[in-house]
This record gives sequence, structure tokens and C-alpha cells, in this order.
Amino acid sequence: MIAGLGGIMTAALAAPAAAYLLLKPRSQKQGDFVPAADLSQLTIGKPEEVVFHRTRVDGWRVLNEKSTAWVVRKDDQNVVAFTPQCTHLACAYHWEEKDAKFFCPCHNSVFAIDGKVVSGPAPRPLDRYVTKIDQGKVLISSEIQLG
Amino acid sequence: MKMLRGVIDWLEERTGIESAIHHFLYEDVPASAGWHQVLGSVALFAFLTQVFTGILLALNYAPTPGEAYNSLRYIVTEVTGGQMIRGLHHWGASLMIIVVVLHMAQTFLWGAYKKPREATWMVGALLLLLTLAYGLTGYLLPWDNRAYWATTVTVHISALPPGAGPYVLRLLGSDGGSIGAVTFARFYAAHVLLLPPLTFLLIAIHVYLVRRHGVTPIEVDATLPKKKFYPEQVFKDTVATFAWFAILVIMAIAVRVPLGHVADPTDTSFIPRPEWYFLFLFQFVKLFNGPLEVVGAVVIPTLAILVLFLVPFIDRGKVLRIRERTGAIAVIVLGVLGWSALTARAIQTTPPSTESPDAGFAQVEPWQQVPPDQLAAIGAFRKDNCATCHVLGGSGAGPDLTRAASQRPADWLLQHFKQPAPNVATQLKGPELRGLLNFVTKRNDVAVKAWTGAPVAAVEGAMVYQANQCGACHKLNGAGMETGPPLNGVADHHNREWIEGHFADPVKFSPGSTMPPFKLSSHDLDRLTNYLMEIPK
Repeated sequence: MIAGLGGIMTAALAAPAAAYLLLKPRSQKQGDFVPAADLSQLTIGKPEEVVFHRTRVDGWRVLNEKSTAWVVRKDDQNVVAFTPQCTHLACAYHWEEKDAKFFCPCHNSVFAIDGKVVSGPAPRPLDRYVTKIDQGKVLISSEIQLG
Repeated sequence: MKMLRGVIDWLEERTGIESAIHHFLYEDVPASAGWHQVLGSVALFAFLTQVFTGILLALNYAPTPGEAYNSLRYIVTEVTGGQMIRGLHHWGASLMIIVVVLHMAQTFLWGAYKKPREATWMVGALLLLLTLAYGLTGYLLPWDNRAYWATTVTVHISALPPGAGPYVLRLLGSDGGSIGAVTFARFYAAHVLLLPPLTFLLIAIHVYLVRRHGVTPIEVDATLPKKKFYPEQVFKDTVATFAWFAILVIMAIAVRVPLGHVADPTDTSFIPRPEWYFLFLFQFVKLFNGPLEVVGAVVIPTLAILVLFLVPFIDRGKVLRIRERTGAIAVIVLGVLGWSALTARAIQTTPPSTESPDAGFAQVEPWQQVPPDQLAAIGAFRKDNCATCHVLGGSGAGPDLTRAASQRPADWLLQHFKQPAPNVATQLKGPELRGLLNFVTKRNDVAVKAWTGAPVAAVEGAMVYQANQCGACHKLNGAGMETGPPLNGVADHHNREWIEGHFADPVKFSPGSTMPPFKLSSHDLDRLTNYLMEIPK
């Protein structure tokens, strides 16, 4: 009986505590699509590092901050915008012009132009921002799709 | 099982923990011990619950003014279970005070503070003060109007002692009596860094003393065999704790803890009141005026605390049966009567709050933040069906105006507004044309969000506001002049009758007002009043 009542009380405290710490907060603020580049300024098959401002929700704060993306124009209607961190340990990677590959200097992960892992310790292809094209502008959302 | 035994034996040999637990559980208690000894255990559990929920709150809380409010709002509106955790902490504080006071009252009635238990009583009295100190310091932490203004009063009371006042203020980080970042830091640090270790220390001493002297026996205990603490007394303690906890959980689920508007030092309409357990003191201080105020606010409470400490030395008679302790019963009855009368009077004399206790939960929609000229321009845009060609967020015959502000010259735009297509003329008038021009060339981001979602009634209200040029004297959502009072949050200060009546006869409702009377149609009056009442602070 003592253990039973103690157990109920422990569970009644532990359950909301677990939800409080482990479940994703329901955010009432959402980042919208923001224009990041002109489609006409991108060359097909040549990644460009694009700097744009986006709204990011950080707990109770909504920040408008500078962000970057590696944008690859695939054809007239399609672009891919990779998030600028390596999927291994989140170092900044860059485009190696001579090898035509993305290269991460931290642990030598190498990614192809479509984001797939070529070599190195990266566990998955590069992550992407959700994008859309509207009236010749590349719009980037704050939503990220894991690679 | 054998392996578990082995682990326990290993631990016992190195730490002696098993025999310590055994010693703790199989302590002798008098035969008369029972349900009336459970309150101490409940108080201990109440404190541990506060520590647990307090730590959880701190994991999502930013202890600086302003940020504190936003982070708490985040906890109660966005974090899963956040409202429950805050409920447990808030109502737990109130229920803990009730248990601690009942525990002391009972000890007092039974005369359980008599030799050799004087020190146990005095440590208990210190624990009561610490419990109240938690209430006082924790009250500021939500940083809403209630927290800010009630703490302002507390800080000013602490400045009353002649000579010591300025130093007390400095200690509270409040030079000059204002409440700012330093005061906040002091209250927060006291609440989470200073008071908890002190409480743990005093609880340890208190429990040690209770164990050293044992539970106070009564006469018959001398003739009866002693009982063991476990399982009988532990069972009763657990049942009582469970009952207390059940009440707490029900309150945390059923009664939402208030959260008002963020603290506003310029708000002159807010009427501060302390938490319910301090209301009696608040009312008591009112009995003393002018130079005597310090007597009611500082001298008498200090003396009362001193008397509470010295109870074991004031009442030095022999231990008596509870029924014969008429003096103690009289003190408790008088105390309860006095407390109830003062608290009831304080509640009676509290005018209705100018602010909803749930003001902080309301989600502010984009249209509620847009300056009235821009909201009225949205009305002008809708009035002449501009969206037929300019599809918002989509493609139509004309450009999507949510995408970017118009770069066309003003003359072209004005002509376009009057005659958007050959043989098509609009009904837009001068101020509407200018408002629309301003809007499509300079609209802000929030206005773009409000464009599709603003309710028709609110937009019409903003159009009435613009047509009557209210902005020539009043500021609303950052636009307009400041000759008259700002109108954000006007519903916090005035009711509907006041606002409606004020348009027709300003001087009647606000003596000395220089505002001219406005004769509005009942439709316009309704729309304008609704609109103004929905714009938050």
C-alpha cells in the first residue's frame, strides 16, 4: 500500500516532467519562405553559397538572423538548397571547384553535387532547406529535410 | 535475488546504508502516535515537490526582467506540460504554507515545544519564515503587472525602518525603491540559490531534533508499549501525503495560474495585491497611518515573529492534556478570527482588477498589431475588390502585392486606384486613396500577414478610426500623435459603456478632456469600440 501510493505520486510527477523535457514544444510562430536568390543569377550545375535572412524560433525568442545555403540550380524550374553544415559533426563544408565535390575540412567527408556521400564519416547525404521558385526568385523556408 | 543481496551487503559494508535505513524506519514511537503526527512528513514532501517543479521551471526560464515574462509565457503556452508544472509549483506553494501553518498550530496546541523540544520549535519557526520568504521572492519572478506592482509595495515596506531603510533597499538591489534588473537578480538568487540550501540544512536539524527527542508522548504512553515508526506510522504519513498531493494535482489541472500583461512601470491603473496568505498583513498595515505606519508594517510583525520564537520560554508551565490548554486554544481561535477578518476585509475592499488574470495567455493576431491607417487601407483594398486582379499570395491579372511593395510612382498609383481598368471606376475617396497609396508602397511585414486574416469588423473599425482622424491626437499601434492618451490596451482601463459614452461626451466621462464630441452612427460606434477594445497593450 505504501509503495503503491508512493508509486502513484512518483508517476504523477514523472509523467508531466518527462513530457515537459522530452516532447517538442508546440511553436506558435512559424518561419515563412524568404527570398534568397535570383534564379537567373545561378548557373546550372554550379553550387553558389547564398546568404539570406531568415526567421528562426529559439525557445521563446524569434530571431531574424543571417543564414547561408549552398544552392544548386538543377534546371529551369528546380533548385536544391543544402544547409551549410556537414551531416557528420556540423562543421562548415565548401565546394571544391577542381574536384567538383563538397568537401568538409574537419574529418574529410566528401559529398557529390546532389548531396550524396562520396567518402568520409558523414552518416547521411547533406540536409536541405525546403525551397520553391516564384517569379524568378528562389525562396527558402526555415523547414529542413534531413538528407 | 542472491545477487541483489550481495550488492546490498557490499554497500552495507562500505557505507552502512542498510543499517541506517533500518535504524530510521524502526525507531520507537509512543503508543499514542498516529494521524495527528502526519503533518511534518506532508510538509517535507511539499518542499521536495517544490524543489522538483522549481528545477523543471528553471530549465526553461530566463531570469532577467522582460525575458522572464517571455520565457514563462513560452512555458505555459508552448511547452508540453508546462502549464501543469507551473500549476504544481504555484499551488504547491500555497498548499505548503497551509500544511506548515497547520503543523505549527498543532504543535502549539499540544504544547509540544516544551522542554526538551524548545530548539525543535525554534528551528520550525525559522522554517515557517523561510517558507514565507519563498512566497515573497517567487512572487516577482513571472514579471507580469501583478508581480511587479506587488513587489514594489513589498520593497517600499522594507524601506520603512528608520535608519536601516536605505540599506535594506540597497540589499534588495533597489536604490530609490525602483524595481529593475538588480532587484530581480537578488530575488531570483534568494529564491533558488540562498533559500533552498538553508531550508535543507534547517530541515535536517529539525528532523534530527525530532528523532533525538522523539515524538511528544502523552500521559497514557508511559503505561503502554512503544510502537515502531514502520510500517504503521509510515502508512499514515503516506496516506496523508497522498491526500495532500491529490488536492495539489487537481488544483494544478483545474485552476489555471494567472499570467497578466508584462510588467509595465508606467501603468498607473494597476491595483497591486499580495498573494492570499499575505493579505491579512496588507490589511493590518492599513490600520496604521502616517508616522505609525512603520509600527504596523515593521515593528509589530517583528515582535510577533520574536514572540513566535520565544513561545517555549513564555509558556513554561507543565505539559497538560490538550483539553486543559485553554490559553493555547484561545490564542489559536483569536489568531484564526483575526486572520479571517483581516483577509475577508482585504478581499472585500479590493476593486475588480483592471486587467484580466489571463491577459498573458491571449495570442495576439497580426491585425491587432498593425497601425490603424494600414488596417484601414486593407479595408479600402477590399472595398473595391482589388483582389479580383491582385490575388494575395497567388497569381492574377495584376501583381501579387504581398510579394513586394509597389515601385510605381505615386501619381500612377493614385490614378490606378481611381480607375484600375478602362471603364472601371472605384468608390475610393481622398483619405482612402492616400491610405492605400501609403500602404502598397510602405506596408510593413505584419500588415502583409494581416492582409488576408484581418476580420471584417476590425477593418471597418479601423476605417472609422481613420475617417474621424483619431490619429491626429491619439497613438495606436505606433502610429498617430500623442496629444491625447495612447489607445493601446484601452479595454484594460475602461469598460464598453465608458468608451462608447466617451465618444459622444468626452468631458462627462473624463473631466477636463479637450477631445471634441463625435457623433457616430450606431454601426460606426459599435465597430470603432469593438476595434479599440481588441487592440492589446
